[in-house]
Amino acid sequence: MPDSKGTGREPDDHVDSLAVQQSPEFAALRKALRRFVFPATVAFLAWYALYVLLSTYARGFMALQVTGHINVALIFGVLQFVSTFGLAWAYARYAARHLDPKADAIKARIDGDEETTS
Amino acid sequence: MNLIAQGVDDTSRTWTLSLFVVLVIATLAITAWAGMKSRSANDFYAGGRSFSGFQNGMALGGDYMSAASFLGIAGIIALSGYDGFLYSIGFLVAWLVALLLVAELLRNSGKYTMADVLAFRMRQRPVRTAASVSTVTVSIFYLLAQMVGAGSLVALLLGIGENDTFLGMTAATAEALTIVVVGVLMIVYVVIGGMKGTTYVQIIKAVLLLLGTALMTVLVMWAFKFDLSGLLGTAAAESGQGEAFLNSGLKYGTEVSGDLWQTTVNKLDLLSLGLALVLGTAGLPHILIRFYTVPTAKAARKSVLWAIGIIGVFYLMTLALGFGAAALVGGDAIKAQDPAGNVAAPLLAQELGERFFGGDTGGAVLLALIAAVAFATILAVVAGLTLASSSSLAHDLYANVFRHGKPQDERQEVRVARFAALGIGAVAILLAIFAQNLNVAFLVALAFAVAASGNLPAILYSLFWKRFTTSGAVWAIYGGLGTAVLLVVFSPVLSGAENSMFPEADFAFFPLSNPGLVSIPVGFLCGWLGTVLSRERPDAGKYAELEVRSLTGIGAH
Repeated sequence: MPDSKGTGREPDDHVDSLAVQQSPEFAALRKALRRFVFPATVAFLAWYALYVLLSTYARGFMALQVTGHINVALIFGVLQFVSTFGLAWAYARYAARHLDPKADAIKARIDGDEETTS
Repeated sequence: MNLIAQGVDDTSRTWTLSLFVVLVIATLAITAWAGMKSRSANDFYAGGRSFSGFQNGMALGGDYMSAASFLGIAGIIALSGYDGFLYSIGFLVAWLVALLLVAELLRNSGKYTMADVLAFRMRQRPVRTAASVSTVTVSIFYLLAQMVGAGSLVALLLGIGENDTFLGMTAATAEALTIVVVGVLMIVYVVIGGMKGTTYVQIIKAVLLLLGTALMTVLVMWAFKFDLSGLLGTAAAESGQGEAFLNSGLKYGTEVSGDLWQTTVNKLDLLSLGLALVLGTAGLPHILIRFYTVPTAKAARKSVLWAIGIIGVFYLMTLALGFGAAALVGGDAIKAQDPAGNVAAPLLAQELGERFFGGDTGGAVLLALIAAVAFATILAVVAGLTLASSSSLAHDLYANVFRHGKPQDERQEVRVARFAALGIGAVAILLAIFAQNLNVAFLVALAFAVAASGNLPAILYSLFWKRFTTSGAVWAIYGGLGTAVLLVVFSPVLSGAENSMFPEADFAFFPLSNPGLVSIPVGFLCGWLGTVLSRERPDAGKYAELEVRSLTGIGAH
């Protein structure tokens, strides 16, 4: 199997995908993924949109100086960096706790089935 | 007039040229080594899927932080202040789309190209053809902008002014020669090194770029005794714009007093740019194929996390470079060299070298170092783009459309990919020489807009929408791509304004220079319409296979 590293299975191996897809374990995995990524995507896009809209239409507010020459625009911009780093970190943690174990369990079960039947 | 040439002429040129040569030799050696280790199609297209998350994260950074980011954003900040920062933020936040919605699922379900995922549960030929058209279009736009930029940049970095000659060449000849050299190098990297060689070139470039910008950032901050407010204040004062320099509006979304229409257009243009930046990244084919170079979805996740860290830190540093150049070099001196501001970072390097490392020689050396970093940056990005388009031509168009996806010799496919790289490279060189004197910087923003309008809708629908069909995918790609390109053709970018590509002509009826605000919704709409209007039944079994594979990695390559 020169083509696949990290998975013990060739793509053409027969797996009953429909059965896996309809299993409660898989439904739980899908739900856990979507429960995080969909709201998170909406949230960061809204937060970014707010920043772009303020930069476009609320320049007076963005120009307010907070300390010295550091104004709201700069702080808001840096906060976009902070929120991006923060969300990336939060997702990594969530995935390691709630997604990877579920995916690994499904995979292990399928691989196990395969061995006993063949 | 020519500051670079005036101060350091020969010392700097000698240093710059020597460093260029060292860089070229080093990257070619690595490419040759990678080429010897590449045997299978898997090696050529996906680097053997053997890179670690960290390595691929660096390579993603190397692929992404183009000369447009490094020199372009520093230049915009140096000349127009805060507006350059808007670019950085869009470019960074965009990675969250890749992290949350695309990277892992794509890694699990695809093999070599973006089309692997799009065509997974669809009829192969129409979808692969569309994806290939879009991949090549996006990559050529991006490539052209980088290569034309490289030509004028290297001429500037070597201090060849318009009326100077260098080794008997005029500036125009030197620019054309640079385009040819860059083009030949990228062909060699891809043809010999494949994905492995390209990845190493990108890793080297990322390291050099980060070290170079970190050194300059520390020196800038040192010059201001680590007082950020002092740096900003000096930059604002030197710019002659005062505090407005530290807020958006000097370059993008500019308010034109007494002209409400133009003000509205400018502001909508800024929104359009913001949208294209944040949604474009996750649809760029040369970024997407990087996810195949790691063994698992977890490693793909890790590589995006590293990429976000590296790219984020880099963009924060460009803030110091841009404002540092405004404060220490000054906008007038920068504009005298290059009205677009691309030399802000190199000039800043020269200034810092003179201040901190003993006069002219120090300036010459630091300038040469940063010039070499910029050169490495260009090489790594163009190689990635050439690889993405040649992979798609060979794997999608040749193997799956012309040969109907019959099981075949993969070595033959790789041979086709190598010829495709040669062809794409040759076309890019010719186009870039032809476009040498045109203002093509907008092509990068256009590439992002096309990626966001054509590719992203198709990718997201494919991965998340059960009902999505072949016609939906084809409509989304052609609809988004076509709308974006047409709107740019009929925008002030091409005609009807002083700084248009063809200022004499006027066939512009679309007022925005970035099409994203219209073309991205059109792309999503087309994908939806194409699906609901077709009688085609979605293949439930194939969707189950795609969903199971993308989420769990069962059956992944």
